[in-house]
Amino acid sequence: MIGGADRHGSPLWPLVVQLAMLSMTAIGGGIVMLAPDVHRIVVEAHPWISDQQFAAAYAIAQAAPGPNMLYVTLIGWQIAGFAGAALATLAVVVPPVVLMLILLRIGHRRSPGTLGRTIRAGVAPLSVGMLLAAGWILARASDTDWRSGLVTAATALIMLRTRINPIWLIGAGALLGVAGFA
Amino acid sequence: MTDEASTGTIPPATPERRARAVTPATLFLAFSQMALSGFGGVMPFAYRAIVERRRWYTPAEFAEMLAFGQVLPGPSICNVAVMIGWKRCGLGGALAALAGMLLGPSVAVVLLGALYEHFESVPRVEHALGGMSAVAAGLIIATAINMGIGLFRDRTAPKAFPRMQATLLALAFVAVGIAHWPMLGVIGALGPLAILLAWWRRA
Repeated sequence: MIGGADRHGSPLWPLVVQLAMLSMTAIGGGIVMLAPDVHRIVVEAHPWISDQQFAAAYAIAQAAPGPNMLYVTLIGWQIAGFAGAALATLAVVVPPVVLMLILLRIGHRRSPGTLGRTIRAGVAPLSVGMLLAAGWILARASDTDWRSGLVTAATALIMLRTRINPIWLIGAGALLGVAGFA
Repeated sequence: MTDEASTGTIPPATPERRARAVTPATLFLAFSQMALSGFGGVMPFAYRAIVERRRWYTPAEFAEMLAFGQVLPGPSICNVAVMIGWKRCGLGGALAALAGMLLGPSVAVVLLGALYEHFESVPRVEHALGGMSAVAAGLIIATAINMGIGLFRDRTAPKAFPRMQATLLALAFVAVGIAHWPMLGVIGALGPLAILLAWWRRA
């Protein structure tokens, strides 16, 4: 079911162009927030992949290590194999990175003044608040009963009180899930 | 910063550590490691590695970079990787950090996709994923709390300042987490207030 499908000519370039355009509108949370738009492109507007393939790609990318936006990589792979995977990833990554590099270069040349530093220091609490909100939203989605809620709370507590490598906690979470606790 | 050291939990980003030369290869490996450990999101692993283990940046500096990464297009964590890579060793560093963030995980995700058909019907995998995402949520929440604590301890500010910052943090949380505003809207609405506050503190 997953794999390089070639249904209507090569959808690779239209996919790359549309993803690249979408990537520049992915503000605050990146392409993950734009999953509905990606869905519209690859499932609804074009017969490139099925609804089930989209859902599988999204779930696998959430479970896999790395940035969650890599579901786009998997969609590219479903549509056009390895070239699709590579180009779809680059399509969503390159435009924002080019913008970032341009801004860094401008900022570098002007040498960061007091104003720039004040702006960044000012918005830092907002950024922490929004990260907390992202954790909260994920908790609301994944904590289906009191037990998984307890796992989330215990994880947060352990992270705050110890310097354990979080990978162990992820492993413990997987075991607890298999054991039927979370 | 001396303040921060006295808490014992987060050692300060020392001038030696900041000045220490970092090569693109180091950046590539460091970000690969963070990304490949980053189940359910890379941010908690990045914060732990960059702020707490390698001590390249203070919590406040990390939060500032994250703010920048959040308001620009693209995934925040990739934006942060590019910023750190750029600051440590220019264009080569930026590209190395980004490649580290993406290369290993995209291979992993395609491998998992190929394996998916075999495990699709195994309910155990689904249960494991459920437990992992409950943990991932806890990791992100703890990272935000750690960052917030670091932010407030990082300065020798007048007493009212951390309280006002905490209020802004809470407002941003409610706007995004409860009211589901888009992040750009939150920055637009609360940003000017937050910047005025920082400016007042500086003056």
